[in-house]
Amino acid sequence: MSWRMWLPFLVFFGFLGLAAYQLSQPKDDFIKSTMVGKELPYFTLPPASLDRPGVDSRYFYDGGPKLLNIWASWCLPCIAEAAQLEQLKETGVEIVGVAIRDKPADVMHFLTEHGNPYTRIGRDDLSEVQLGLGSSGVPETFVIDGNGVITYQHIGDIRPEHVPVLLEELRKAER
Amino acid sequence: MRMLALLLAAMLAAPSAAQDAMPPAPFAYRQLDDPEQEAAAQELMETLRCLKCQSQSIADSDASMAGDMRHQVRIRIAAGEDPDEIRQWLMSRYGDYVSYEPVMSTTTWPLFAIPVLLVLIAGLLFRRRFTRRP
Repeated sequence: MSWRMWLPFLVFFGFLGLAAYQLSQPKDDFIKSTMVGKELPYFTLPPASLDRPGVDSRYFYDGGPKLLNIWASWCLPCIAEAAQLEQLKETGVEIVGVAIRDKPADVMHFLTEHGNPYTRIGRDDLSEVQLGLGSSGVPETFVIDGNGVITYQHIGDIRPEHVPVLLEELRKAER
Repeated sequence: MRMLALLLAAMLAAPSAAQDAMPPAPFAYRQLDDPEQEAAAQELMETLRCLKCQSQSIADSDASMAGDMRHQVRIRIAAGEDPDEIRQWLMSRYGDYVSYEPVMSTTTWPLFAIPVLLVLIAGLLFRRRFTRRP
């Protein structure tokens, strides 16, 4: 009997093994933005709160790197990251907020309850800026260098272990 | 009996937060007035993937983000933009992921090449098997 007889079986079990291996691999549900490395799209957003101005994309061209935080008062993980945003603010990081589909009254309520780390908060009622940035959920945080270029995207809430990563990305964006 | 009461209570409980209170975008559920433009928008929306729900098109999804994407598609079509341009606009933000229409690229070419290759190999095998040797 020739060894060739076993060839189809080998191919079949090879395929089976590959499928089993791929099924056992954890699935990455994050949809990464392909805007990282590119310039911010042009946008102007009215203020989302009573005590902070709105956001204009031209604001990100003043030479200093900033964080752009996509959030919403109705988003539960946004409460979880509030302490980390506060911590980042205390180390001197400027955080600009974009509130997705949110009412000023709800925004104010959230900020009095969980703190306000933002210098500006834009109101994005139609998720236009979110779509423009390639963001697919709340919360998400982008690092923008001083020339309006997106250099890093963090998906999901910022946990304590992510703070040094963001600080490092901000430092890199400074050059 | 207690179990049943608990189950009933769970069924009647109000759905929890993590849902925004804003009304849907103007063109999330409203069709365009021009039937030709609406048909073009509909065709495009059925081939764009909802980013929140992942296995639905934005035409099928009630997620508010899908509604905002439908709004974008409709106002852009109404403004005279080409459906392919709108697809490109989204793909330049979310990559191939957002489109249900596969395109040939550096990562997807094996999908197109492998079937052709397999058919060629099968053809060769059959020819060898069925040609009589003299």
